[in-house]
Amino acid sequence: MSFKILFEMFPIALMFAAPIIIASLGGLFSERSGIVNIALEGIMMVGAFAAATVTVLLEGSTPLASWLGLTAGLAAGLIFSLLHAAASINLKANQVISGTALNILAGGLTVYLCQIIFRQQRTRAFSNGIQKMSVPLLEDIPVVGRMFFSGNYPTFYISIFLVLATWFLVYKTPFGLRMRSCGEHPQAAASMGINVSLMRYIGVLASGALGGLAGGVMVLTADIQYTLVTIHGTGFIALASLVFGKWNPFGVLGAGLFFGFSTALSFYAKDIPGMSSLPGEFFYALPYILTIVALVVFAGKAVGPKAAGEIYDSGKR
Amino acid sequence: MTKRREKVVLPLVAVFLGFLLGSIIVLATGRSPLAMFAAMIKGFSGIDIINDVPINTRHIGEFIIQAMPIILTGLAFAFASRTGLFSIGAEGQLMVGALAATTVALLVQAPKAIHLPLVILSSAAAGALWGAIPGFLKARFNVHEVTVSIMMNYIALHLNNFVILNIFGSVDRVKTAFFPESALLKSPFLQSLTRGSRLNWGFIPVVVALVIFSFVINKTTFGYSLRAVGYNKEAARYAGMKVNRNIVLSMMIAGAFAGLAGSVITVGTFNFGRALPSAEGYGFDGIAVALVGGNQASGILFAGMLFGMLKAAQPLMQSQGIPREIAGIIQASIVLFVAMQYGIKLLLEKFKKKESVSAEVDRV
Amino acid sequence: MIFVSRPLSRVAFFLALVVYWEPIKVTTGGRAVGYIIEMLNITKDFPGIRANDNITLQVQESSIHALLGENGAGKSTLMSILFGLYAPDGGTIKIRGKEARIADPNAATQLGIGMVHQHFKLVQGFTVTENIILGSEPTRGPFIDIKKAQEKVLSLSKLYGLSVDPGAKIEDITVGMQQRVEILKMLFRDAEILIFDEPTAVLTPQEIHELIQIMRRLVAEGKTIVLITHKLKEIKEVADTCTVLRRGKLVGTVGVADTSEERMAEMMVGREVNFHVGKAQAVTGEVLLRIEKLNVKNAKGVLGVKNLSLEIKAGEILGLCGIDGNGQTDLVHAITGLAKAEDGKIFLRGKEITNLSIIQRLDLGLGHIPEDRHRHGLVLDFNLDENLVVHDYFRFPYAHLGILNKKAIKDNAQRLIKEFDVRSGQGAATPTRSMSGGNQQKAIVAREIDRSPDVFIVAQPTRGLDVGAIEYIHSRIVAERDKGKAILLVSLELDEILDVSDRIAVIYGGEIVGTVSARETNENELGLMMSGSVRQSAKGGKA
Repeated sequence: MSFKILFEMFPIALMFAAPIIIASLGGLFSERSGIVNIALEGIMMVGAFAAATVTVLLEGSTPLASWLGLTAGLAAGLIFSLLHAAASINLKANQVISGTALNILAGGLTVYLCQIIFRQQRTRAFSNGIQKMSVPLLEDIPVVGRMFFSGNYPTFYISIFLVLATWFLVYKTPFGLRMRSCGEHPQAAASMGINVSLMRYIGVLASGALGGLAGGVMVLTADIQYTLVTIHGTGFIALASLVFGKWNPFGVLGAGLFFGFSTALSFYAKDIPGMSSLPGEFFYALPYILTIVALVVFAGKAVGPKAAGEIYDSGKR
Repeated sequence: MTKRREKVVLPLVAVFLGFLLGSIIVLATGRSPLAMFAAMIKGFSGIDIINDVPINTRHIGEFIIQAMPIILTGLAFAFASRTGLFSIGAEGQLMVGALAATTVALLVQAPKAIHLPLVILSSAAAGALWGAIPGFLKARFNVHEVTVSIMMNYIALHLNNFVILNIFGSVDRVKTAFFPESALLKSPFLQSLTRGSRLNWGFIPVVVALVIFSFVINKTTFGYSLRAVGYNKEAARYAGMKVNRNIVLSMMIAGAFAGLAGSVITVGTFNFGRALPSAEGYGFDGIAVALVGGNQASGILFAGMLFGMLKAAQPLMQSQGIPREIAGIIQASIVLFVAMQYGIKLLLEKFKKKESVSAEVDRV
Repeated sequence: MIFVSRPLSRVAFFLALVVYWEPIKVTTGGRAVGYIIEMLNITKDFPGIRANDNITLQVQESSIHALLGENGAGKSTLMSILFGLYAPDGGTIKIRGKEARIADPNAATQLGIGMVHQHFKLVQGFTVTENIILGSEPTRGPFIDIKKAQEKVLSLSKLYGLSVDPGAKIEDITVGMQQRVEILKMLFRDAEILIFDEPTAVLTPQEIHELIQIMRRLVAEGKTIVLITHKLKEIKEVADTCTVLRRGKLVGTVGVADTSEERMAEMMVGREVNFHVGKAQAVTGEVLLRIEKLNVKNAKGVLGVKNLSLEIKAGEILGLCGIDGNGQTDLVHAITGLAKAEDGKIFLRGKEITNLSIIQRLDLGLGHIPEDRHRHGLVLDFNLDENLVVHDYFRFPYAHLGILNKKAIKDNAQRLIKEFDVRSGQGAATPTRSMSGGNQQKAIVAREIDRSPDVFIVAQPTRGLDVGAIEYIHSRIVAERDKGKAILLVSLELDEILDVSDRIAVIYGGEIVGTVSARETNENELGLMMSGSVRQSAKGGKA
């Protein structure tokens, strides 16, 4: 394989990796606090819809439209995830069912609103999403500079920053210790005076904000408008990265990059000797196949939060 | 309230709340809920309550068409549920079922009496195979079936598209050639009854599946052991039951129901194989159907018709200026409300208790 | 209903006072001096049950106050109220003479109250230090100051003689050390009042001795201890005062020094108790169960049972005693087929069953009352009649050609309900979950005895039951012995082992460290063997 293709692939791979990593970090917050969140897909859809809509509506009036769009995506995801939090924390709904309902709801709601706002089944196309950039000085570093610092979307750097921030927050601060204890043994946490419901709310809302942001990132870098298939399973790939990355921020980063590359590979496979015979569908399916393999390999080793998915009832005798 | 009555009343309350929320959204976005309900009524009965036109029986046919596959995916979810498994994989099982039906329909040449049953059985077998994978991984490695099933759904989607696009050629990049007559569930008689709807013999496998489901779960020793595993895996093992075998079998039977839906759609509603841009949501519809139907055959029948009606009404709503997606919104809210019923019940109990305590204080 | 029961219970309370007048230091009403805790007229309802009914508890500062009662007497509920886990439905709490509202464990911590839970509330994947500081972490800037935390943990552990390894993960340390972590958690928060909920249940007699030393040291440093227990000997050894509860009601409070164990037992149970099981000398026959050099892996994947051999003859009860987690569960699971044997052989009536399926073993005449009735013994969401055929649901008359015969299943249930006096609200159709623990256990005993197995594995048959049910179940086990069955009784209660068994085998670290005759041994000898410090010499006979 020639290096030229590799260099060309990098920006594409990093573009796909960024939303996967960010959404996956969202899943990390939720599951570490003890709430399984398979609604990431739906949250990303809502975030992408909000981001695209705000960008389209504001781009005539401000050059910051796409960044405001991102913020809107984050906010929309956060608000949407409130439903999951209320259902699974206050009303003790089965978290998988609640997440499923949210995924159905997101599809319906976003396209419904498109029809109301734009009178079509998608948003209007925006003329400018988020622009690529190069990092001065760093881009001049041989090899590495061309791979990571030249002609990339800034959203990738945001995702790296979020990985670091998440790691510090989750593993180094009192908040992180308390949140993790809620995902491992909520009764123990409660006996130490920790408000389990509050920690879980924070976990789910963080996943909403990050999932919404990820949706915004995805639509504003990889698409020209929001449609029902803009996210096409990326939320579930983010969930897979979480499993693949063993619920650890750096693991998530690695898994996200890996899945980003496997997506990019599906575009470039025809130019790469030895891979050209493989159909594109193989690369689309690869992340899912690998996740199942990873699950089997990790099987029996408890790597995920122990209490994730369990309904916590403080009044239980 | 007795348990049995609770099982009927609580989902009905959830359904009511779902429609209420849908109406509020329609109202808030400046459309008429009345037009929405009129579309729904027309959607399943063909009766137009707004305009004075004769009943259009085509709608009845189309409504049944919509209900058939989601009753089957509902049975799939419910069957696994009764064994304590959460099968979110009906979507993928349906797709491989459809793919198998397509393959057999296109490649096999036989008289209808052989060809059609072969098509139907192959779809059930393919679904069962697809369901066996998460079942086996759960039984052998204790890998969570939800995660595996989600992944299997996407693998099925891409497998289906690969086969349709690359092997069976295509008419316009998304369809295969039309199937031979011998592979179809099509019924000119049923079509003539319903003014040219797509209604077909697909309801026969649906009814058979409903009967099998109810009989196996409630009347047989196999059903007894499945329920025991579903309620308490460890106790079932202690009692000498083959828990892992039951888990795999249960997932396979669930997969077979979903796979069956694949052939009902492919050789019934359509008559060609299709590449799909994304999942069509039949699997998730099935979850909704099973939850509202309380994982019982009779409940699933009614819930399937309810959600079938919503789907059938979609184009009618759209023509009334109400975005068709309101159906999905209503369905999702119903699922959410059903999922919340345990918490709502607890809240009500708390509320009642507070009331009785304050009543006591009043009296003392 | 609720509002009439209050005056009634008050009557019952005064009756109790009258009955126990003489030995009771009466402590109702009034502002007593020196009480650090006063819980006055506490009532707490759970759906369908009044767990605490007008209970008053007053505890002197710097004393050890025992709270005695059977399972379900309301001890844990009362202490959970004191610790802020439940809100009382009635009554007042005063701490150091001041009325207190304890809304949550934080409020309890503020008041200097800490609790060592019976089931440790420790996060397995966290380190000792992380568990101790959880919820009140020392920080430097926004981050946890783990060095400072470890230093404080170490200094506390030195001061009170609680040795722990601050950097070790909970999943890797012993049960005894886990308990010390629980105690350190409270001391880290400067708790003055320490509640111990059944602290000795998981400890060896020697570890219990150490714990008692620790408790004395804590009191000497000015702490106050409330000790929840149903073990009279411990109260006698360590407590100053004892409050007795029965079925959610207060029976009375007595000074420990001037009250006999028998008297406290009577107060706890409500009648004179004869803890001894009446039984004749065992008449033994051929060997029915033989185990040879058995090795079994436990849940963690290491050998839980090592090279273990034993024999049980027809007509005898072999008691297997040991501290929890020394391989009992793995042994029982290997015999019954729930776990796989790595190595070694198991013979039932001379036929090897080592690798047979569970159902094949059952068919050969094995019976099993499992230690965890909710996990293994019952499908709680089944009705009672369905639970009574879990082994035989596919056999005639319960089924024919794979179709269930519901009438036969129901008839079977009605017969067993009558014969074993299983009480249930709706007879055969009662949801099992709604039955009391004692009746659930009776249902299991009925089902297993009715199968009439030759070899009967009975694990923890009376855990959590009241004295009446315990006596009944013991008598049925002895009756089976007298019919010529071979019985393996596994129990963590030394008293039960001593009373019911004919011979006793002691298991330690997955090995049998000694076998003795129940008549010729005592608690002390067993205790030393259970802790692994004494091993019976080989001449003492093979089990």
